[in-house]
Amino acid sequence: MKQVLAVLVENKAGVLTRVAGLFSRRGFNIDSLAVGETVEPGISRMTIALEGDEAQVEQVEKQLNKLINVLKVVNLSREPTVFRELMLIKVKAEPQTRSDIQQIVETFRGKVVDVSLNSMIIEVTGNDEKLEAIKLLLEHFGIIEVARTGRVALLRSLKIDGDRS
Amino acid sequence: MKGSQIIITALEQENVEVVFGYPGGAVLPLYDALYHSKLRHILTRHEQGAAHAADGYARSSGKPGVVFATSGPGATNLVTGIANAQMDSVPMVLITGQVVTRLIGTDAFQEADITGITLPITKHNYLVKNAGDLSRVIAEAFHLATTGRPGPVLIDIPKDVFEQEAEFSYQKTPDITGYKPTYEGHQGQVSRAARAIAAAKKPVVFAGGGIIRSGAYRELQELVERGQIPITLSLMGLGAFPGSDSLFLGMAGMHGTVAANYALMEADLILAAGVRFDDRVTGKLESFAPGAKIIHIDIDPAEIGKNVAVDIPIVGDLKRVLASLLARFKSPETGTWVRQVQEWCNRYPLSVREEEPESKIKPQYVIKEIYRLTGGEAIIATDVGQHQMWTAQHYRFDRPRTFLTSGGLGTMGYGLPAALGAATASPGRDVWCIAGDGGIQMNIQELVTAVNYCLPVKIAIMNNGYLGMVRQWQEMFYEGRYACTELAGNPDFVKVAEAFGATGLRATRCSEVAAVLETAADTRGPVLIDFQIDREENVYPMVAPNYPLSEIIFEGKGRGK
Ligand SMILES: Cc1ncc(C[n+]2csc(CCOP(=O)(O)OP(=O)(O)O)c2C)c(N)n1
Ligand SMILES: [Mg+2]
Repeated sequence: MKQVLAVLVENKAGVLTRVAGLFSRRGFNIDSLAVGETVEPGISRMTIALEGDEAQVEQVEKQLNKLINVLKVVNLSREPTVFRELMLIKVKAEPQTRSDIQQIVETFRGKVVDVSLNSMIIEVTGNDEKLEAIKLLLEHFGIIEVARTGRVALLRSLKIDGDRS
Repeated sequence: MKGSQIIITALEQENVEVVFGYPGGAVLPLYDALYHSKLRHILTRHEQGAAHAADGYARSSGKPGVVFATSGPGATNLVTGIANAQMDSVPMVLITGQVVTRLIGTDAFQEADITGITLPITKHNYLVKNAGDLSRVIAEAFHLATTGRPGPVLIDIPKDVFEQEAEFSYQKTPDITGYKPTYEGHQGQVSRAARAIAAAKKPVVFAGGGIIRSGAYRELQELVERGQIPITLSLMGLGAFPGSDSLFLGMAGMHGTVAANYALMEADLILAAGVRFDDRVTGKLESFAPGAKIIHIDIDPAEIGKNVAVDIPIVGDLKRVLASLLARFKSPETGTWVRQVQEWCNRYPLSVREEEPESKIKPQYVIKEIYRLTGGEAIIATDVGQHQMWTAQHYRFDRPRTFLTSGGLGTMGYGLPAALGAATASPGRDVWCIAGDGGIQMNIQELVTAVNYCLPVKIAIMNNGYLGMVRQWQEMFYEGRYACTELAGNPDFVKVAEAFGATGLRATRCSEVAAVLETAADTRGPVLIDFQIDREENVYPMVAPNYPLSEIIFEGKGRGK
């Protein structure tokens, strides 16, 4: 089962290694990991997507909580949550296919952010299914490269950020 | 104040009496500050020795062990000792020197990324780049090492930071945002546990090292006695409950007693207190305690549900949780059950051997004689192997903090330095090290340390000329192919002892054992005894790895039940 954890950490040297190291050491796989600052100075938020059954993920949460630099762990899969990920796709684009590509991009509310003689770079955001869908469609034209940010997420009603509530 | 002075002053604030260590280039300023202080320093002959000595000091006294080592190889030599302490939850603070700040990351001479290396084997670690952070970091390190689930904390300090000037402002037991151990058990859960115990017909208490770390012996004893509940201990728990009490079933697990293992398998309720259900104790996990409801109390939430599914989890400090459990305690009706387990105890005692004076020395007999000689009052450190299991089985540990053994990591070479640490912590106490002929050679250099500091440890080598425990597995599971387990060319241990300035003794016949032990006890200073034991003696009973606890291999290779 795919699950997503939001982990608030102190923004200190080595904290990413501590978190990532914990996963590899205990044999848990990370699907994606995104890190960024929060509104609180000195506190970063990691959004970690992982695969595992209930017991495994519970063990991950407990082990994460044991890290001194980890301030809070929330399992977002148990709450109503908004997920987003940003993807950049460099796709082959000849003059005759450009408008077709353009149309797909518009349908997915993406953006063309760069054009060259025989390629385009497209930016899309969305959840997993949406990104997979546009990728599948663009494969038809030939994808040159893909870069993804990994998922980020926020609870719909409550927020765990900085405990301002 | 200079960084190095801040450290020494901070250690004094923490009432540190002794530091175990080994100097080098990167810690020169620290040792210079130490030179001017009243702190005692024990110079070992290897950093691993220093780490294990600090560990033995901590386990025997309950106070944190403190270690100094230099950068690079000094720091990496600590690694086994740190991992060992982490696995067994031993409070230690280790201070290592590092290359100067501007050289970090350049593969400078004697540079090793020791915070990176020890990340998975410390409770927490720090690299301090400003002397201004030293006061806070040291206070945090002691707080982390000694509270919650204890463990080793490493502080890596570049040489120039020792020399930097900064203010000393020390606040003991600091508030650390991301660290809030739970001490009080959830009262609702405690009530549920009390009800479950009252309703049980076949309850067993299964307690471990957590009882010792928490100091919950009295509460444990009261609970067992009021409830008349049979109790077994993990290896790490030995001493947490009096070994000669009639409700004590002996150790559980791979080399546990039949009664203890049968009791766990037949129980309808297990009160697990400060244990982590290691594979050496559960046997085949899926078959463990099939009929038991499990109450699990531990200060580390991650231990609960990690290996075994738990019915009533309680996170908290054992001393407090057991006290609140006692406040609601109703004794179960255990008469029939106690008669049942006592019948197992009588039917399956640990192998007792009739000793013929001229017969070969049986190691179990030596252990029993050491118990008799010391009145069970000694601190016993062991190494790892068969002799460790014989000690666990046959020395009846009646008091907490008297059994120092490497449980989680199983570190050969632990015994001698750990004994030295205990002797440092408790002058005047009998300290014995029971070692194998293999393991003693892993840190034999520490005999000098014993001699230099007049630490009167008595070392009993169970010399079988083998890496005995591995040989036993080869005998049992590899059709007797003894690949690389015979210790050919062992030195003459008596001469080794003498060369180091200690006393060396030897016994080869059963009739000599008692006398040689007495001579050792009456001899001042460190004594090493070479007991040449029956070479192919095995440890029984045994549950083969990943077999159910009920499938016990008895002496003579029969498999029971
Ligand atoms: C550092 C280390 N290396 C290897 C082992 C594997 N090992 C476990 S027990 C053992 C044999 C120990 O032999 P000895 O010290 O003579 O004790 P005995 O079993 O003979 O009593 C070995 C090699 C270990 N536990 N620790
Ligand atoms: Mg041996």
